[in-house]
Amino acid sequence: MAYSEALPMREDTPEPPPLITVDVENDVRAKLSATWREKSGLWGWLTSTNHKSIAKRYIITALIFFALGGLEAGMIRMQLSRPENRFVGPDLYNQIFTMHGSTMMFLFAVPVMEAVGLYLVPLMVGTRNVAFPRLNALGYWMYLGGGVLLYAAFFMNTGPDAGWFAYVPLSGPQFTPGKRVDVWAQMITFTEIAALIGAVEIITTVFKQRAPGMSLNRIPLFVWAEVITSFMIIFALPAIVISSTMLATDRLIDTHFFNPAEGGDALLWQHLFWFFGHPEVYIIFIPALGMVSSVVETFTQRRIFGYPAMVLSMVSTAFLGFGLWVHHMFATPLPQLGQSFFTAASSAISIPSGVQIFCWIATIWSGRPRFTASFMFVLGFFFLFIIGGLTGVMVASVPYDLQVHDTFFVVAHFHYVLLGGAVFPLWAGFYLWYPKLTGRMLSERLGKWNFWLFFIGMNVTFFPMHILGLMGMPRRVYTYLPEMGWGGLNALASLGAVFIVASGVVFVVNVFRSLSVGAPAGDNPWNAPTLEWATSSPPPSYNHLFIPVVEGRDPLWDAAPGELSVVTGLRTDRHEGLVTSIMDAIPERRYEFKKETILPLLLAVFGGGSIVIAIFSPWGVTIGAIFTFIILACWFWPTISPDSDTPLARRRLP
Amino acid sequence: MTAKPNFAWRNAFTRCALCYAALTVIACSGFQSALDPKGPRAEAVAKLHWTLTSIATVVYVMVIGALVYALWRASRRPPVPEEHHYHETPEQAAVMKRGVIIGLSATVVIMLTFVVVSVSTGSTLAKVGGDKPLRIDVVGHQWWWEVKYDDPDPHNIVNTANEIHVPVGRPVLIKMTSTDVIHSFWAPNLAGKKDLIPGHETVTWFRADSAGTYRGQCAEFCGHQHAKMAFYVVAEPRLEFEKWLDQQRQEAKTPTDSLTQTGERVFLSGTCAMCHTISGTGAGGTVGPDLTHLASRRTIAAGTLPMTTGNLAGWILDPQSIKPGVKMPPNQIDPQSLQALLAYLGTLK
Repeated sequence: MAYSEALPMREDTPEPPPLITVDVENDVRAKLSATWREKSGLWGWLTSTNHKSIAKRYIITALIFFALGGLEAGMIRMQLSRPENRFVGPDLYNQIFTMHGSTMMFLFAVPVMEAVGLYLVPLMVGTRNVAFPRLNALGYWMYLGGGVLLYAAFFMNTGPDAGWFAYVPLSGPQFTPGKRVDVWAQMITFTEIAALIGAVEIITTVFKQRAPGMSLNRIPLFVWAEVITSFMIIFALPAIVISSTMLATDRLIDTHFFNPAEGGDALLWQHLFWFFGHPEVYIIFIPALGMVSSVVETFTQRRIFGYPAMVLSMVSTAFLGFGLWVHHMFATPLPQLGQSFFTAASSAISIPSGVQIFCWIATIWSGRPRFTASFMFVLGFFFLFIIGGLTGVMVASVPYDLQVHDTFFVVAHFHYVLLGGAVFPLWAGFYLWYPKLTGRMLSERLGKWNFWLFFIGMNVTFFPMHILGLMGMPRRVYTYLPEMGWGGLNALASLGAVFIVASGVVFVVNVFRSLSVGAPAGDNPWNAPTLEWATSSPPPSYNHLFIPVVEGRDPLWDAAPGELSVVTGLRTDRHEGLVTSIMDAIPERRYEFKKETILPLLLAVFGGGSIVIAIFSPWGVTIGAIFTFIILACWFWPTISPDSDTPLARRRLP
Repeated sequence: MTAKPNFAWRNAFTRCALCYAALTVIACSGFQSALDPKGPRAEAVAKLHWTLTSIATVVYVMVIGALVYALWRASRRPPVPEEHHYHETPEQAAVMKRGVIIGLSATVVIMLTFVVVSVSTGSTLAKVGGDKPLRIDVVGHQWWWEVKYDDPDPHNIVNTANEIHVPVGRPVLIKMTSTDVIHSFWAPNLAGKKDLIPGHETVTWFRADSAGTYRGQCAEFCGHQHAKMAFYVVAEPRLEFEKWLDQQRQEAKTPTDSLTQTGERVFLSGTCAMCHTISGTGAGGTVGPDLTHLASRRTIAAGTLPMTTGNLAGWILDPQSIKPGVKMPPNQIDPQSLQALLAYLGTLK
């Protein structure tokens, strides 16, 4: 659009903008509530396109999968707790560890990080919904479909059993007949669609819907983290799209992409998979960094030190993340020079990670920390993630990696990175944002129990695994002989798992108990600086009563009390939002968000159904294409929304 | 492990990291341990391990120390003036900037040191050190290792399985591939791992500097019995090795007494011969391991059971209960025939 909407900013008018009268405020509130009211009942639930409703489902679903993945981990620990244990046999064990990895990576970690973003980003940038509300709903349904498919298959003894990275030729038709790997490959299809949708939503919402005045250098670090992650998703996922499709066609219609006997190549899979798989780690990790920034800022009551350095560190981590995939393949035939390149690139990650850690420590040093459960989880992050980071630098060394690759050392390393580096910050985020989502505070006392049980359990479980790996224990073994001498440390690791499970139980109790007996939260219980705290808890369906005008990096701290100015003039009789420019967030035009509809669910059912049928017959794709075409025709049926004529104005809240 | 004087500082350094070392030290002995090196490649990596661990421990202590200091300082600071509540003071900003720059510089220096140490260790390891290497071919199968000592004279080619005999002090060059899925060859006391990939040929080398039996095991998940796909490397003095090789070159002896003759008949007329080879007889199957010198091996079923008559009987009758999913089917053999078969197999030294 060639025109900008006129909206005077502080630079243009030195005197404060006029106050909004209480009558106007009440009038707007009544109208917005009516316009944005979500339909109740099952139909309302199935058709909702509100980003908060969908993101809440997303988060809850992801947490359920986290619990299932955790139970699988518990079974793994049970089986390995002593040598020659017969708790499960190899066939079930291989399914369990594949399910554990696939669940944690595809159904928990990536989705939950996006889901938290889909809830918070629109609130933090001050808009009323994500850019494409119907697409957002489709994303959730596809994700749910993938998860249900995987678990339905698992309960019918058709759970994938070739590992979460499904190396060919083991995962090929010759060595894993049956449908187990097909289910895995199509679960990937579901979740990659969901992940790409989430990424598109977040990028568009942040780039085009930020509140006026929120120029690029005022975007909260968590929002930056989500944007950077979304770009990584868009660049990384095509590699798994193509490779899982090639695997599916190898299995279904006898293509030979990965069959060496027919001119295919077994190593091709590894390159394609890890070109996605390594960035995937950062796709999980970078949003966690954003959460750490939010928590540190809130509980030290200090602006994060070194904002540009923080943003650039995350961006460079994202870039470097694409240059590391071969460090998963050091044991394959590779030229020496190539190995050195990937060693250097892998260890270079320590520079941006270091910058961020030092900036957080500096922020803490300058502030006055409050040792809440949320902040404790972030401190846990420091203690655990740095161990994972340092062992990460160690395994980046080719000769070292050749000893510890595919052993329990690596298992220990990536659990320190993923649990310490992503799950601990996520839990810090839960304790920070739960009041916003529910309007109630979580119990701090249970929160500390949650933390200490998790922290102790985590170390007791995973630290001994470093040593087990060095003692020669490979990963993915369903049992081991007594004379190997691995029994003691394995028993210890299994004991630690008990603590982690207990911690999970405490968390669940805390969440449900606080829903009814938690102290009421109020709008901003922590005195946090970002815009999600400027509205009520839980936020109304339209998010902010008026779109805020942002005049600093920490809007709620930078504006003196009662001086947060807002935009008036948006229509209240339809789902209207403001589109602003990418760089400086100058208002450009109005935009009408699409309303609730059943189409996303229909598309997920028919499109998803065709993916499921494609496990058994290539005709699934053909049949699905017809239904998908019909639904998409309805979806894209042009509608005309008249332009708004009320002028935008800047006002002050009473 | 021979501690050279120039590594003394590293050992001293290591002792400082008592906590970690105390835990790790139990990993320092064992017949399948990366930290109990018995050859130059594993030794270089073990040294690298202690170097990297020491650096990492120091870095960890320093960063966590900085964090704890920051928390301590911040918790004790008197309340700051209201106008500075959310933003650091200029003096604070200067200190913070200096702190971050120092931390970053240290990170860069440590990282570069690390890359140099790592790459130089890597390039040393790539060179085969010592005499003319002994060449061995290894082929990975689900779930056992085929081992072949090649020779220009076809009669001198030795085929065996799951047990690799090598002379002490002579480098061994192993050429590997796989006929089914990807496996990974790993004997941690001797060297790091290398994958066996169908359609590719990979090479690794090691040298055993002291006599002994070292265990190795598949390190790349390869299906049902990935856990029970082990092998032994038997390092012995050169003469003993030559003796072993000579013995392995012999064809199986023709059975002399009636019991073993019956046993041979059971073997050849039953299903055994469809999968296994015993050279010098009609059995020429290539699906399973070559059994010509079965009784000379230390273990059966790829390192799963010690080689005893009882274990062998159990394995022949019901391999599925010992290694569920293994390719060998259960066998129904009447007791007399089994006795004869076991007696015959016992002669295959």
